[in-house]
Amino acid sequence: MKRVYVNEKWCLGCHLCEYNCAFANSGKKDMVDALKGKPIFPRIHIEGNEKISYAVSCRHCEDPMCVKSCIAGAISREDGVIHIDQSKCVGCYTCILVCPYGALATNADGVMQKCELCLQNSCGAPACVVGCPNNAIVYEERGDENG
Amino acid sequence: MRMAEYIIIGNGVAAIGCIEGIRSVDKTSSITVISEEQYPVYGRPLISYYLEGKTTLDKMNYRKPDFYESNGCRVLYGKRAERIDKDEKNVLLDDGTALPYTSVCVATGSTPFTPSIKGLETVQSKFSFMTLDDSLSLEKALNKDSRVLIVGAGLIGLKCAEGISKRVGSITVCDLATRVLSSILDNECAALMQARLEENGIRFMLEDTVTEFNGNKATMKSGASVEFDILVMAVGVRANTALVKELGGEVNRGILVNEQMQTSLSNIYAAGDCTEGMDTSLGERRVLAILPNAYMQGHTAGVNMTGGRELFDKAIPMNSIGFFGLHAITAGSYFGTDEGGEMYEERGDGTLKRLFTKDGVLTGFILIGQVERAGIYTSLIREKVPLDSINFDILKKNPTLFAYSQNQRRKMLGGVV
Ligand SMILES: Cc1cc2nc3c(=O)[nH]c(=O)nc-3n(C[C@H](O)[C@H](O)[C@H](O)COP(=O)(O)OP(=O)(O)OC[C@H]3O[C@@H](n4cnc5c(N)ncnc54)[C@H](O)[C@@H]3O)c2cc1C
Ligand code: SF4
Ligand code: SF4
Repeated sequence: MKRVYVNEKWCLGCHLCEYNCAFANSGKKDMVDALKGKPIFPRIHIEGNEKISYAVSCRHCEDPMCVKSCIAGAISREDGVIHIDQSKCVGCYTCILVCPYGALATNADGVMQKCELCLQNSCGAPACVVGCPNNAIVYEERGDENG
Repeated sequence: MRMAEYIIIGNGVAAIGCIEGIRSVDKTSSITVISEEQYPVYGRPLISYYLEGKTTLDKMNYRKPDFYESNGCRVLYGKRAERIDKDEKNVLLDDGTALPYTSVCVATGSTPFTPSIKGLETVQSKFSFMTLDDSLSLEKALNKDSRVLIVGAGLIGLKCAEGISKRVGSITVCDLATRVLSSILDNECAALMQARLEENGIRFMLEDTVTEFNGNKATMKSGASVEFDILVMAVGVRANTALVKELGGEVNRGILVNEQMQTSLSNIYAAGDCTEGMDTSLGERRVLAILPNAYMQGHTAGVNMTGGRELFDKAIPMNSIGFFGLHAITAGSYFGTDEGGEMYEERGDGTLKRLFTKDGVLTGFILIGQVERAGIYTSLIREKVPLDSINFDILKKNPTLFAYSQNQRRKMLGGVV
């Protein structure tokens, strides 16, 4: 299945992916209207320092700890994609306790969210990937080992 | 392949893990689930969120409505397994039916423990807080003026308190322990959580408990007396071990299981709150009555019941618990300096972080208030990552993958995990 992968050699640390993600999931048509002057809640995060940086988002794990641990059964795996049913989430943070990648965080309303590969919004392809100026994030099929 | 007959006793999260574990290998053999409770599986921890209005009955289903059907499971609701006949390989139900099995999983959970307190039988309106039915009957009994007394300041008692706090007149919680949540928090961390609960109107009587009930009045060990309309007993739970114990299977505080979730009896497996397995952060056996554990043990039991092989050898205690917006996340074991442990600590405004290390690995942590990305720490404990293979100084400050080497990170972010 296709997943989001990063190549930290290419990452400029420009944080554009964070903005594109927040916009893609805002449901708004206009980026300024969606983001300007507001705290943003992206599902992808840049980590690192001035020299090394890279984006982290949900790995859509083969053996997902979040799915096995959610107390509400709100996280499920459908065709390999790990999905949160936000209407079932009660905000217990058990998924934050178990995700080894730190890939989940709450949205503006305190409900849990994470990368869903832009399959739940109207983008069609992950907005972080499409907008990355240096191809440091890609959306592709890879095998079990590094491809 | 000969068709197997799997029987699962209990219908909680461990049972669901077991069904999914079986079906990951064996798509066709029959699975029968014996469910004492009348409901399809629901998230047991949600019973307090239901009272609080954060979820509704139709959203409490742990799996989709067609789950059992699409997994080819027969569920016998309202039936109890009374006995396992290991010679005939039958499970005997309370209605006299005998169900043959090739392998069986005991996923019976636990039962609230009721201490014998003088006069308890004189209390009219008393509840446990374990099941959806408990929650529904408590809901029927309460009103905006109810004075509620909760005995037990552990996770279950306090979640109950939070759940009903906006719907009753007053809540008093008593516990013999010196602090709240004593099994997962140390004194200082417990005090932070207690303060948040008190700000929200919950009154505590710690190091104190009821010595006698007289109708609506409780006389305390301290000599104080408390008048109440509703009593909730949340002193603790006991693992349901009887089915295995009476066959001579090895049982301590829970049913003893190995890494494949086998009991000491052949073809009998056990999973979830009824078991006692290895806590790898402590290096000792413990009952780990938490939902993730129940699911993973169930899954492992299921796979092994089919003849497949899966090991569950990374069990650690781990809890995420919040009250009125203040979250505490804890995992693993906390060793004191006298036991060779070390502690790293950071404090902020209303936040506290404590990381416990021993023998070059992270063994436990407590995070209060600031809990983002806690799973990065949890993973270090579960995987016993040697701290000298990562940059622990970075990690201490912030849970971040930056603490890993570039190579390790390439595996995490550049491959399928
Ligand atoms: C109020 C509350 C809040 C909680 N909050 C959390 C939390 O935030 N995080 C967390 O990780 N854990 C939490 N827990 C613990 C968690 O709910 C349990 O660890 C988990 O549900 C255990 O699942 P299980 O399948 O082992 O047992 P159970 O869910 O207890 O299921 C066992 C079932 O077996 C049935 N049964 C027993 N004996 C028989 C028999 N002989 N025949 C037929 N059926 C039988 C029982 O009726 C029961 O329905 C909480 C628990 C409670 C009560
Ligand atoms: S949220 Fe975390 S555990 Fe769950 S699939 Fe994504 S990376 Fe894996
Ligand atoms: S916070 Fe929501 S999604 Fe995460 S474990 Fe709790 S209920 Fe599940």
